[in-house]
Amino acid sequence: MNFLLLTVIKAALVAFILLTALAYVQWLERKVLAHIQLRVGPRRVGPHGLLQPLADVVKLITKEDMIPSHVNKVFYLLAPFLAVMFALIPIAVIPFGTDITIGPIHTNMELADLNIGVLFILGITGMGVYGVALSGWASNNKYALLGGLRSSAQMISYELPMAMAIATPLLVLNTLSFRQLVNSQDGFILGFIPRWTIFQGPFPFLIVAFIIFMIAAFAETNRIPFDLPEAENELVAGFHTEYGSMKFAAFFMAEYCNMITVCCVATLLFLGGWHPIFPAEYGSRFIPSLIFVGAAAICFMHAANPSRRLDKFTLPVVGVVALGIAGIFMVPILATALLPIFWFSAKVIVILFVYIWVRGTLPRFRYDQLMRFAWTFLFPIAIINLFLVGLWVALT
Amino acid sequence: MDALLFMIFAAIAAVCGINLVIQKHAISSALSLVGVMAALAALYLLLGGEFIAAAQLVVYAGAIMVLFVFVIMLLNAGVERTTRRRPWAQYAGVPLLLVLFGTVALLVQEISPAGDNVIFGEFTKGTPLDVGRALFTTYLLPFEVTSVLILIAILGAIVLARKEID
Repeated sequence: MNFLLLTVIKAALVAFILLTALAYVQWLERKVLAHIQLRVGPRRVGPHGLLQPLADVVKLITKEDMIPSHVNKVFYLLAPFLAVMFALIPIAVIPFGTDITIGPIHTNMELADLNIGVLFILGITGMGVYGVALSGWASNNKYALLGGLRSSAQMISYELPMAMAIATPLLVLNTLSFRQLVNSQDGFILGFIPRWTIFQGPFPFLIVAFIIFMIAAFAETNRIPFDLPEAENELVAGFHTEYGSMKFAAFFMAEYCNMITVCCVATLLFLGGWHPIFPAEYGSRFIPSLIFVGAAAICFMHAANPSRRLDKFTLPVVGVVALGIAGIFMVPILATALLPIFWFSAKVIVILFVYIWVRGTLPRFRYDQLMRFAWTFLFPIAIINLFLVGLWVALT
Repeated sequence: MDALLFMIFAAIAAVCGINLVIQKHAISSALSLVGVMAALAALYLLLGGEFIAAAQLVVYAGAIMVLFVFVIMLLNAGVERTTRRRPWAQYAGVPLLLVLFGTVALLVQEISPAGDNVIFGEFTKGTPLDVGRALFTTYLLPFEVTSVLILIAILGAIVLARKEID
């Protein structure tokens, strides 16, 4: 019974944090994109638009829930459900940190520790394409159908290089469980280079695998420069043209959730999970405190000469909270539990930022370029890379 | 608990299998097949075949069926047209079906040894390590021969589908 209760609490906690993170990744994306394009982004709802995600959710829920008359009703309603379901499931096997002990309770930082975790994620994310493909087909609309077709073709093509790229670190680390994968990336080479997968093995090959994985991941999550399924200058909005209100929001949620999953997988497979970037004896455990103190300093500086009238009151409050968090990271007992979570989230957020950065920088591929790139460039390189790493593993 | 889960997933597999046959639309049938594959993966997992379950999900439900759905969507297959049933098929169908089921049940009883109860969680040799070791030692020849067979099939498909260059 205790196990069941603990699992329910953990599931509720993970779901709450994940759904909040989804909303705020979207806020982050709008803010960063706006600053890349020399705009200010959302700013009206709450300080610096921080309540904008909440307002969006209220708007999407209260909108009229229309079903066009020409759609295939069953599949039209099933598609957003499938998309969200297959986007949310993979989070269950992702460990966010080491084990923690609170009083008598000792628990892992993931919902389920499978020893085929990597394969499980590959299997479930592979099913995610049904949501997109079905929505395109059931909408009974030529633009939506083209979007759905493009999406399935793209997913099938980019799944191959992605699987090859994932297999490379698995060959080197010799396990399929995320927890063991991260544990075997512990420690440092020569005392200062972290033993993350990208720095292990024969020198450039794992880095090449990481880059291939990221490129394929951009395509799998339908993000720019590979967002052909929803290319708005050719296909109106692609596969979700006929969707509105919460059903549209479901596709939106699925997209951002897939992004977060991919960033977590990249962190766990290639970037050492929750291990710090340099050893604790050189002071890596002070990094979180330093960052939060820096954030507090910036807040106080901006509060001194505010750009909005309210900033005089809100920014000092944020600054004091940041100082408090910095203080929490200095308490030794709390720090041991919080540091792994900090490093894990820091890496995930950096990769998410790269995602947004790429969206603000690159134009969209043409469809034939997309396919040619996958089959004649990415796939052969991934195979050769995997073969060479396999040779190295066999020889050592 | 295991028996309950087995019942649930077996029921899902059976219902999806029947649905696959009776649906009139190609997409509905294809999706029912996906349901069968996914339920089978869960059954493999219950029996301890972790790797087989994952492979079933990745290869069948995730890749092959996506291709099926893709082709059905691409060709825009409509609702299946039923021809008029022959009169004798209407009357002889049900008895013949019963005869078929009876024969299959009899054969299964004859072939399989009775009294063998399946114990859930008894089989523990389904990890990727065990499967990989078996494939590359005991079953190396069948494994390689199958690969070559698939390669030949791919080449044949390309030759058949290629446009004639005049």
